[in-house]
Amino acid sequence: MGLTSADFEVVEMDTDLLIIGGGMSACGAAVEAKYWAGDDIKVLLVDKAAMERSGAVAMGLSAINTYPGWSKDENTIEDYIKYVTQDLMGISREDLVWDMATHVDGSVHLFEKWGLPIWKDAEGKYIHEGRWQIMIHGESYKPIVAEAAKRALGEGNYLERVFIVKLLLDENEPNRIAGAVGFSVRENKFYVIKCNAAIVCTGGGVHIFRPRSVQEGLGRTWYPPWSTGSTYAMMGQVGAKLTQMEVIFVPARFKDGYGPVGAWFLFFAAKATNIDGEEYMIKNAPEFEKWAPYGTIKPLPTCLRNHAMMVDMRAGKGPLFVRTDVAMQEIIKKDPKRVKTVESEAWEDFLDMTITQADIWCAYNVHPEKEPWEIMPAEPYFIGSHSGQGGAWCSGDARISPSEYCWDYKGVVYNRMTTVNGLFAAGDGCGGNPHKFSSGSHAEGRIAAKNAIKFILNNRDFKPTIGDVQKLKEEVLRPLDTFEKYKGYTSVPDVNPNYIRPRQMLHRIMKCMDEYAGGVTTMYTTNKAMLEKALQLLNFMKEDSEKLAAESLHELMRCWENYHRIWTAEAHVRHKLFREETRWPGYYYRSDFPSMDDENWRAFTVSQYDPASGEWKMEKVPYISIL
Amino acid sequence: MPSCVIWEKCDGCQKAERTACMYICPNDLMVLDREVMKAYNQEPDLCWECYNCVKICPQQAIVVRGYADFMPLGSSVIPLRGTDSIMWTCKYRDGTMKRFKFAIRTTPEGSIEPYAGYPPMDRSKIDDLYLYSEPDTLMGKEIPLPPSKK
Repeated sequence: MGLTSADFEVVEMDTDLLIIGGGMSACGAAVEAKYWAGDDIKVLLVDKAAMERSGAVAMGLSAINTYPGWSKDENTIEDYIKYVTQDLMGISREDLVWDMATHVDGSVHLFEKWGLPIWKDAEGKYIHEGRWQIMIHGESYKPIVAEAAKRALGEGNYLERVFIVKLLLDENEPNRIAGAVGFSVRENKFYVIKCNAAIVCTGGGVHIFRPRSVQEGLGRTWYPPWSTGSTYAMMGQVGAKLTQMEVIFVPARFKDGYGPVGAWFLFFAAKATNIDGEEYMIKNAPEFEKWAPYGTIKPLPTCLRNHAMMVDMRAGKGPLFVRTDVAMQEIIKKDPKRVKTVESEAWEDFLDMTITQADIWCAYNVHPEKEPWEIMPAEPYFIGSHSGQGGAWCSGDARISPSEYCWDYKGVVYNRMTTVNGLFAAGDGCGGNPHKFSSGSHAEGRIAAKNAIKFILNNRDFKPTIGDVQKLKEEVLRPLDTFEKYKGYTSVPDVNPNYIRPRQMLHRIMKCMDEYAGGVTTMYTTNKAMLEKALQLLNFMKEDSEKLAAESLHELMRCWENYHRIWTAEAHVRHKLFREETRWPGYYYRSDFPSMDDENWRAFTVSQYDPASGEWKMEKVPYISIL
Repeated sequence: MPSCVIWEKCDGCQKAERTACMYICPNDLMVLDREVMKAYNQEPDLCWECYNCVKICPQQAIVVRGYADFMPLGSSVIPLRGTDSIMWTCKYRDGTMKRFKFAIRTTPEGSIEPYAGYPPMDRSKIDDLYLYSEPDTLMGKEIPLPPSKK
């Protein structure tokens, strides 16, 4: 007999605050929540992996990409808002960016105090990679931040290797969070956790679009393969409004390894050229004017830098190179003594955060000072914290945000609360607030946590009521029962008309999205008919997801990850269909609306799924600047 | 394959309930085959090559063999992680060797006291804009409000 739902113990837990996820925003939420929680409020964090190395910073990072340094008078918050909004082609929730930016210096200063080595100059000032970025020795960035979170929480107040797959609304009060369910990926335990408030701190979405590497290299995605869209799916499913889900991010990185190029461009002043030796950014500059005013203001938005590459790729001008050779020779010419340091800095950039790229240079015998390496736009990613901005539509703080972007629960406004009462979001989960990166995600987790504790204090008499636990258990563990029931029907378990295995579903999702929704196959181009076709295919997948089959706990995790991917994909396609313009060329192109339409579309796209009727509603929310 | 376990070196963490690599892998890829007491990567094509299993293995039994899709054979990148720094040995296919040492942490492991040096919690401040370490961690500065709210 294989594993079935009957083998599972039901573990019921009660907490006041539930933090879902264990990455940067969850660790920020944990330290802040536990402080305000005192002795009378219970905080529980649940992570799918081990906090020490979970989330997008699991490998490490070579830079902290959000450090405005306003507290040390290096910049103003106003300038930061302008930079972020410009990079995202005129759209950001300026109020949320403002709020995050006022706290992020503080999170970085805490990291340093906790033990993160930050590069400093002779005067003790942080060394900047760019205006907003600072360099770190970041191999142990995550273990340090996780240690602080675990110390704050205390043993017994965090669960590792437990995958939360579904949020639960209250049975008595409409549109109010009451808990979540999930399972251990190590023991036969089904978890039912009741709560007063919850913060979704899970990551972005990877392997929704098919990557360029499809065999063994499938795992070498730019964002980690364990970010599976759970964030958007879980919140969307209970009716939380989502925003800007069309704004996926396409990182241009060193080819195949997806090693970072930021330090090469910003720190070592490298140029990028096409096969004729032309700088595609200079050659294609007239293109940028089509996206004025954003295309004609410096710094040029990330998507337009991609666009310049793609123009040359379409024209057959590849391969495109980052001229590490020229940059290094310039440095050698100016300051030969600096060469050793520069070499070490360049390699650390890879070894801290994309070790594969270092291995690629070793395997191909690439000496960067002698020869360049290719640059390539990767497949699209869902990420609310980098240069994408999908996520939940969250309330701001009435002291900072326009009143149109604030809503209350029983007369009190709670910052970072979604449109579901008691449900908060941070990091990749909070939409319209891009460029948070690691540090801003931590700061945002802290903001959400303080507000969630305030919510709990104001609603202490709430008694969560959830649905039938047995039914939930059957639903969540169904893939195990499906496999057990049908596995003997065919002579090999992989091909069986009664079910679909998670790996098979993964490839079905990626194929659909790649071909119809603007993946690399069509050079990031889509249109209404293609998107409608994608919706049709995703609908079949949603139906077939009831026939997902799992042989083990590990496969059960994969089943639910793919279910979340389908949901995220659907939200994405609906948003892409709704926005009738091409605002972020280089991230995606609507061939039927090839231009930007600032007059009609400098606005937020907001979707809402109605859990009662199963219908989606789309709306356009006017843009309000706070400057 | 990304990470792979050297048969000779792996001792199954001496029959522990969980091996170190199983504990750390962010993608739940490492498994211990209890029959032979050797760990293995159950989904090499979903490996991110984050090297966390390589870094944590007490036997140095785990290496990374670059993705077959695009990596020529013959190179290696080997970390040796200490408490305050990490040493990297990068070997080229052509035999070139590079060694690097980088700082990783300035404080002893396990020494973080997240609330040390900040005032005890005061619930009357739950509604203000300041987080627990502020304004200290903002160099004592007041949190600015946007121009539209001033």
